[in-house]
Amino acid sequence: MKTTNRAVRTPGGLSVRLDVRALTVVLLLLVAALTASVVLIGTGDFPIPAADVLRTLFGEGNAGQEFIVNELRLPRVLVGLLVGASLGLGGALFQSISRNPLGSPDVLGLGQGATAGALTVIVLFSGSANQVAAGALVGGLVTGLAIYVLAWKRGVHGYRLVLVGIGVSAIVTAVNGYLLTKSDIVDAARAVVWMTGSLDGRDWAQVWPLLGLCAVLVPLVLCNARGLRMMEMGDDVSYALGVRVERVRLLLMVAAVLLTASATAAAGPVSFVALTAPQLARRLTRAPGPNLLASLCMGAALLVIADWLSQRAFGAEQLPVGVVTGVLGGAYLLWLLVTERKAGRI
Amino acid sequence: MLVDSPPEQRAETAPAPPTRRAIRAFGLVLAVAILVLVALASIAIGAKELSLGQVWHGLFEDAGTYGDVVVAERLSRTVLGLLAGAALGLAGAVLQALTRNPLADPGLLGINAGASAAVVTAITYLGVTSLSGYVWFAFLGAAAVGALVWFLGGSRGATPVRLALAGTALSAALYGYLQAVMIMDDAALGKMRFWTVGSLSSASDSTIRQVLPFLLAGVALALALSRPLNAMAMGDDTAKALGANLNRTRALSMLAATVLCGAATAACGPIVFVGLMVPHVVRSFTGPDLRWILPYAAILSPVLLLGADVIGRMVARPAELQVGIVTAILGGPVFIYLVRRRRTAQL
Repeated sequence: MKTTNRAVRTPGGLSVRLDVRALTVVLLLLVAALTASVVLIGTGDFPIPAADVLRTLFGEGNAGQEFIVNELRLPRVLVGLLVGASLGLGGALFQSISRNPLGSPDVLGLGQGATAGALTVIVLFSGSANQVAAGALVGGLVTGLAIYVLAWKRGVHGYRLVLVGIGVSAIVTAVNGYLLTKSDIVDAARAVVWMTGSLDGRDWAQVWPLLGLCAVLVPLVLCNARGLRMMEMGDDVSYALGVRVERVRLLLMVAAVLLTASATAAAGPVSFVALTAPQLARRLTRAPGPNLLASLCMGAALLVIADWLSQRAFGAEQLPVGVVTGVLGGAYLLWLLVTERKAGRI
Repeated sequence: MLVDSPPEQRAETAPAPPTRRAIRAFGLVLAVAILVLVALASIAIGAKELSLGQVWHGLFEDAGTYGDVVVAERLSRTVLGLLAGAALGLAGAVLQALTRNPLADPGLLGINAGASAAVVTAITYLGVTSLSGYVWFAFLGAAAVGALVWFLGGSRGATPVRLALAGTALSAALYGYLQAVMIMDDAALGKMRFWTVGSLSSASDSTIRQVLPFLLAGVALALALSRPLNAMAMGDDTAKALGANLNRTRALSMLAATVLCGAATAACGPIVFVGLMVPHVVRSFTGPDLRWILPYAAILSPVLLLGADVIGRMVARPAELQVGIVTAILGGPVFIYLVRRRRTAQL
């Protein structure tokens, strides 16, 4: 196999290993996400050509375009990018910590926990959109805390974490089912739209908290990526290599829970992004380790492209983005499965 | 997941010590006794309480009295609970052994998603409204997705990871479709939100008659697979060396799991947690030998399902809580407790 690693030496005698392929993939995904964003901003009842979108974004458009781009469509796209990035990164963290490709936040019950919070607000209190988001955030955080506390026993073991998560997830899903059967049909319809995950009507009020959180958490997580990568070799080996396993794990789990819960609060539990983005990223970079940066960019690109499709693909009927991520992610994973089987890679 | 408990492995070559086997056999008898008690309770308890004498009268000396009618009503529900419970437990155990993944459940291989998508299609586009009408659609959907997962997973060259990935991918795509339909069609939402919770209340003689042959065939097939699956637990190479036919075992296991889950899901909706949890509980005291896991799972799963159904009828009297909700709310904490208490016996 041809190696794609390069060592970069600095004058001081330090050297950094650079994975050229992984870096290229990250850059390409970033370009894809941003291109899709520009196209998405130009899409709608009042289409705007890409060149005009760019001009408006840099502050040189006319008043009408400025209003549509900056006030209506840019916040939605930004929420999409941030939610996708958070979900991709959170998924990669959880899959790495639990050492299971199926250990995504959806499987561990974080999505269901946030849903339970939101459903409680919708069904029992008929709350406003902001209250629903707050409920989702609280639900996600409480669920994450409960999973960690219940899985704690002189350290959190990956296998135990996943199993406890599944137990919690089953309980919360049952509560959600109960709430749905108890609600009247109007609330139920609203709840189902929320549960699918949608970016409709998102504005700047949703962008700022998400952006602030990402600005703090993403660098924090990336700084600890080395420890996480060593932890994939097993707790004992990483202790021996000088990683404070439990501390790094707690820190990264809190970060992953915060990322997932806030993304869910902003857009609902968009299915499948947290599960697929890390897997797709890993297959593209072909690099070992958690592939955090690539997963993040992949999540953002996936979500924005899915949102564009959800506005275009169904004619007049606009479906929530969660429908598309499910169908698209599933179809892509299937395609991957078939091609990789032919190539004999899995 | 490697098998790392040598005493259990030895059971393949030399019989386990007689005392241990006797204990396990006795445990099995005890489990059957518990099951009978739970089944009787399921007939006796409900909006109208019956005495054991009335239950006996209704079961064996049916004379058409009020009590006898109630017994007949609850009998079909109990029978369905027994059958569906056994099917779900067996299917879960077989799937976990087949994929060597402790998280495998009917949901993982897309069987629930297939059944749900078929039911929502039947309701929305084909105008099917009766429950006995859904049954065939649910079953067809489950079977079609099971076959598709097998094909996409590489049929003859299927590996656990490929099967799980194919199942997850298909589920995601189908759930997307399901949600799209539910968002656009309020009538479908109104029906589906009750169906997806999972309930035994729809039980009727005709439903049972429709699924019974499939369930019995699936149970027999699953129990017959315990030996080859035991061999496969040691890894593909060892299993081949032991003379197991990997492809045939995988194909038959998929078939058994699909038939069992498909029929159970068709009759009472997607009840996920039973198939996931019971094999774990059983493994914690039988060890990894499937010749014990499978019978225990087949007996203890209906105990969980019927017990949950009885409790669901008691707490919300005179209405009832759907069994899928009660199983998860009761079973979840027990499951977490077991996971915490000891290092859960691995596959």
